Amino acid sequence: MLIDWFTVIAQVVNFLILVWLMKRYLYQPIVKALDAREQRIAAELAEADAKKAEALAERENFKRKNDEFDRQRDGLFSKATNDAAAQHSRLLEEVRKDADELRGKLQDKLNNEYRNLHDEIARRTQAEVFSIARKTLSELSGASLEQRMIEVFLQRLRELDNGERSKLAAIAAQDIISVRSAFELPLPQQASIEATIKTALGTRNQVRFEIVPNLIGGIELILHGQKVAWSISDHLASLEKELATLLKAQRHEGGSTTP
Amino acid sequence: MRLSSDQLILWQHGFFKLNVTIVTTWVLMAVLVIGAKLITRNLEHKVHISRWQSLLEVIVVAIRKQIEEVGLRQPERYMGFIGTLFLFIALSNFCTIIPGYEPPTGSLSTTAALALSVFIAVPLYGIAESGFGVYLRSYLKPTAIMLPFNLISELSRTLAMAIRLFGNIMSGTMILAILLTVAPFLFPIVMSLLGLLTGMVQAYIFSILATVYIAAATRAREEAGTS
Repeated sequence: MLIDWFTVIAQVVNFLILVWLMKRYLYQPIVKALDAREQRIAAELAEADAKKAEALAERENFKRKNDEFDRQRDGLFSKATNDAAAQHSRLLEEVRKDADELRGKLQDKLNNEYRNLHDEIARRTQAEVFSIARKTLSELSGASLEQRMIEVFLQRLRELDNGERSKLAAIAAQDIISVRSAFELPLPQQASIEATIKTALGTRNQVRFEIVPNLIGGIELILHGQKVAWSISDHLASLEKELATLLKAQRHEGGSTTP
Repeated sequence: MRLSSDQLILWQHGFFKLNVTIVTTWVLMAVLVIGAKLITRNLEHKVHISRWQSLLEVIVVAIRKQIEEVGLRQPERYMGFIGTLFLFIALSNFCTIIPGYEPPTGSLSTTAALALSVFIAVPLYGIAESGFGVYLRSYLKPTAIMLPFNLISELSRTLAMAIRLFGNIMSGTMILAILLTVAPFLFPIVMSLLGLLTGMVQAYIFSILATVYIAAATRAREEAGTS
């Protein structure tokens, strides 16, 4: 007999027990785990999607901010460049103006220094020349020279034109006549000079003799501001005066041509 | 010649006896339950899981999907019965690669017990789903004349299930035993491989037929609703 009924019953019972055990230990836990895992994965996916969306939004936000920042930076940069250029040109202009001013001042100063130096050289040369001339003439002046001077003086007195003579005569009538010389006049010559003056001017007033070494060599008649004289000093003074006039003219000429 | 492991009785007391079929079944049950218990002891809910858990999940998901494809809308309700049917038969047939192993499915008593379980389960599920009256009326479809034929069909298909599984497994084991005496080398290995394939196919056929019968029984309400 192929079928053993006890075995059939036993196997049915065995199978039912197995169904119950498997349900308890296999299907239920596995299905639960599967569901939990699916839920977890779904949640994680949803979270990932949310995070992705958030990241995208963040990226968009960041991009927008970045663009804004770039635009602002470019704007600021161009403004700064323009400002810098304007400032640069303004400063350059100021510097150029200052430089021009300084150059002008320097030029003026140089011109002044040049002029002063020139004047100083001229003045010193002049002084030296006259000093040498004076010294030479002082050393040379002696009795014969003085005699000659007196003669020239008297000659000049005698040769006064009428207008000048009458003007001098009018003054001589009211004032003391003063004769100044660089050397002491001997008495005979003093008498001769006094006689000549009185004759020429037609006066009787007293003649006073003075010694003035500055005259270097020479003699002069002083009448209340009017003067009849011959002296080396006079010649030198007139030479000096002419020289000064010449230098002044030259300076004017140089000042106008000097840059 | 011994056709069934039922004939190897280890212990007997009157009607009660302990034969190799029952003992082997217990061993297989122990392997299934302890294995499931061991693996599901530390189930992980993370994204990355252990290989064993992954294997069990693949099996469970495949069974669930198969039940769903046949037409049962709540596979979890039937998974315990159909899944266990498949796993038990598959493991029983798979172990034929162990020398000296006597598969319980090679015993007509076991296949009859399994077919009987299906025979009882089908109306139970049908009544649970559709109600007693609606289920019983499904035997009168399409006409009342069909009642005896429907009843015969129920019985014959149950018998066919039992005989089919028994015949296939028993014949495989028998052929292997005969071939071992005729051609001891290589050929038995090929036949053993073929036996493995047949065993898996039979496990699948048995459980899928059970699913189809249950699906047909539970659809009685829908048909009643539409008519």
